[in-house]
Amino acid sequence: MSILEMRGITKEFPGVKALDNVNFKVSKGEIHALCGENGAGKSTLMKVLSGVYPHGTYDGKILINGKEQSFQTIRDSENAGVTIIYQELALVKDMTIAENIFLGNEPKSKGLLDWDTMFKEANVWLKKVGLSIDSSEKVSNLGIGQQQLIEIAKALSKKCDIIIMDEPTAALAEGEVDILMGILNQLRREGITVIYISHKLKEVMKISDQVTVLRDGQTIGTRQTKETDENGIISMMVGRELKDLFPYQDNRTNDVILELRNYSFFKQKRIPITKNISLKLHKGEVLGIGGLMGAGRTELATSLFGGYEGKGDGSVLIDGKSYEVKGPKEAIDRGLAYVSEDRKRYGLVLGMDVAQNTTLASLGKISSLSFINQEQETVETEKFNAKMRVKTPSIETKVMTLSGGNQQKVVLSKWLMSGPKILILDEPTRGIDVGAKQEIYKLINELTEQGVGIIMISSELPELLGMSDRVLVMADKKVMGELSKEEANQEAILKLATGGEEHEKPH
Amino acid sequence: MKNRISFKMDVRAYTLIIALLLIFVVFTILTNGDFISSRNIANLSRQMTVIGILAVGMTLIIVAGHIDLSVGSLLGLTGGIAAILQVWYGWSTLPVIIVTVLAGVVLGLWQGWWVAYKGVPAFIVTLGGMMIFRGILLGISGGQTVAPMSESFRVIGQSYIPYLIGYILTAVFIVFAFLMVGRKRKRRQKLDLALKPASLDYGTMVVVAVLITLFVYMLNRYQGIPVPLLILLVIAGIFVFISKNTTFGRHIYAIGGNQEAAKLSGINIKRNVLSVFVIMGALSAIAGIVLTSRLNAGTVGAGQMYELDAIAAVVIGGTSLMGGVGTIVGSILGALIMASIDNGMSMMNVAPFWQYIVKGLILILAVWLDISSKKKNAL
Repeated sequence: MSILEMRGITKEFPGVKALDNVNFKVSKGEIHALCGENGAGKSTLMKVLSGVYPHGTYDGKILINGKEQSFQTIRDSENAGVTIIYQELALVKDMTIAENIFLGNEPKSKGLLDWDTMFKEANVWLKKVGLSIDSSEKVSNLGIGQQQLIEIAKALSKKCDIIIMDEPTAALAEGEVDILMGILNQLRREGITVIYISHKLKEVMKISDQVTVLRDGQTIGTRQTKETDENGIISMMVGRELKDLFPYQDNRTNDVILELRNYSFFKQKRIPITKNISLKLHKGEVLGIGGLMGAGRTELATSLFGGYEGKGDGSVLIDGKSYEVKGPKEAIDRGLAYVSEDRKRYGLVLGMDVAQNTTLASLGKISSLSFINQEQETVETEKFNAKMRVKTPSIETKVMTLSGGNQQKVVLSKWLMSGPKILILDEPTRGIDVGAKQEIYKLINELTEQGVGIIMISSELPELLGMSDRVLVMADKKVMGELSKEEANQEAILKLATGGEEHEKPH
Repeated sequence: MKNRISFKMDVRAYTLIIALLLIFVVFTILTNGDFISSRNIANLSRQMTVIGILAVGMTLIIVAGHIDLSVGSLLGLTGGIAAILQVWYGWSTLPVIIVTVLAGVVLGLWQGWWVAYKGVPAFIVTLGGMMIFRGILLGISGGQTVAPMSESFRVIGQSYIPYLIGYILTAVFIVFAFLMVGRKRKRRQKLDLALKPASLDYGTMVVVAVLITLFVYMLNRYQGIPVPLLILLVIAGIFVFISKNTTFGRHIYAIGGNQEAAKLSGINIKRNVLSVFVIMGALSAIAGIVLTSRLNAGTVGAGQMYELDAIAAVVIGGTSLMGGVGTIVGSILGALIMASIDNGMSMMNVAPFWQYIVKGLILILAVWLDISSKKKNAL
């Protein structure tokens, strides 16, 4: 018998049918992957399941162990054994691990908090998820991967039978993903059911027992993972066969557009956030930068772009002329553009509309004497919307209402409009669907054809290997080595990223 | 390629207008029609000018994600400076105005520098400013009321525009507005952008023109358009334009909406925040001049609690204290709502304590309405 069954779930928002008669069945103790492009309805389905949308606001039935449920609140679903771990972690950063794990169910004695029991029990749960830190540590001191594990510990402590994980590996580096996979296997052995939402089909193939695919709010089908493959799932997701995931093109030239010589950057005195980095980027080249979380890749990009206050050391040359890091304005003027890894925090003004976001970094181009030409703004935005195929009701739609993939396209539009010579992409396809990914890869080719030099930071190794002309691997704020397209493979990158061996730089 | 024209109405603006109409209707009935007499309309529009001017600047401050608690004291101090220069030192009106506005700019620079370049929260800096400026005013005036102002200075806050000039100004404004609509349509046509039907564009303008003319007629039946109202309208017009059509305006909204993203888009956060405080300083000084002129004196208590009225007007007008969202027109409507309640209740001889209570409740109600409508839209 299935532990969970969702029958004929239909959920409508004004003007949109987000879920249309969805059926979803999960067996006890399995890892059941839920796949689908952004906007396919996965998150909505899980919000229905976890009581975010209370009973009565949707049609259909939820059965847990054969018993019909009518959750009014998240608390109700938790009592029935369902816990959800969101993509955006919901931890209170300034509290200790123990306080977070027991948030809302604090152990008490005589009405007061029982700190000893709390720390002791929290430590037990931490051990269970393979963390060897003390539960009195503050969450803000932990890495993203560790925080993810804390969320899992928190879910386990609620004695739940069904854990829903929404893109749990989106922010994890390769090594941390392995740890998570180990924990998932262990949960399966203990008979806990996991619903695993992910865009990363490799992981889905590796870990799941069954896969259910949603498309446009409808159930497309459920398959035994063993009996299908990545391409099979992709074709279910997009409704067509995707032949070549990485449309790599070689557009390299010999002209150096950006050169770093022993570049270090200091936010505070004597503590560098990048150490002695030397690299060359050519026109039309895609230089991949790999490494684990915290290797200093984002810091390198942000500091080059002038996003930090502090001081640079060593020299940076753009087009052979020296460039001094001052601030983003100067960086943009010199032809740099930086698509950051966290589009909601660093890329978009969510309350502004598509047009205002698109033109934000190039207002000078559509204004004279600081008066904005609204018509020109509309024309330019329409141009980039068409080029990027942004799906939006209008250019006056606030970007907060767009899906992740479309938001990312707006960020890309913004930076394309600034007319960059050097484009830094930091995790450009994080959390977006396969279709949008492809479009971004094609865009990369288009740009390199025009001679733009691209630095692509990515934690997704297939993407890094698939799209880069060369791969630099960073660890501990340094460049550990460089791999040519031929040398680069998963093992070589991981070896360098984990500090295995240091390659001599070829030039 | 044509973009679709959205006929989405600005729900917020319409709610405000409906609320305002409701308030007008209620008071008109309760006062047997006295509330909408020409005389009272003129009074009401004069009463709202000072808070209205402050609300314009406060909108920018709050949209940028800050707050200014010092405007009441700033207004008091600059108004006091104006009175002292004229009454004690015998300066003529124009130099007094120039120096007073400059004083506002300098005080704005001082506060903006702390907030933008030293990173001290605006709440703290302006709470400090609130005490400092009031203290300086007490010090330089010695606690005395400084009066009387000259004839020409009193014009600013007390006089009216002659009927004929009032009508001419109205006509010029209406013609100008029609020309702007026509120009915009032509430009959009040239770029092959979607156009609203001409009847809709021009129809709206005709309705607006009729309403404005009616309003001016009402005022002219009494003594004409009050000069302070004209000052407020000009200031509001300028800043509506700045907030919508200049890079500076766009930058302010971006900074309030997401400071990190704005910074990484090459926007100079510090300079823009500093500018906003400087503008607030200058506007407070103008409001101070208007108030001193209306009272015909500089007093130590002038402008006390005005910062709260200004903030309330801005918030009622739909500006989010989180920053990034808000309009100047909304804030002016907010100021008008607050002034109407004051004025109407005074006419009904309601005890002042009730006025405070009612205004406070309306503030909470307005924000609650806003939040609950957002929640509905979020789903």
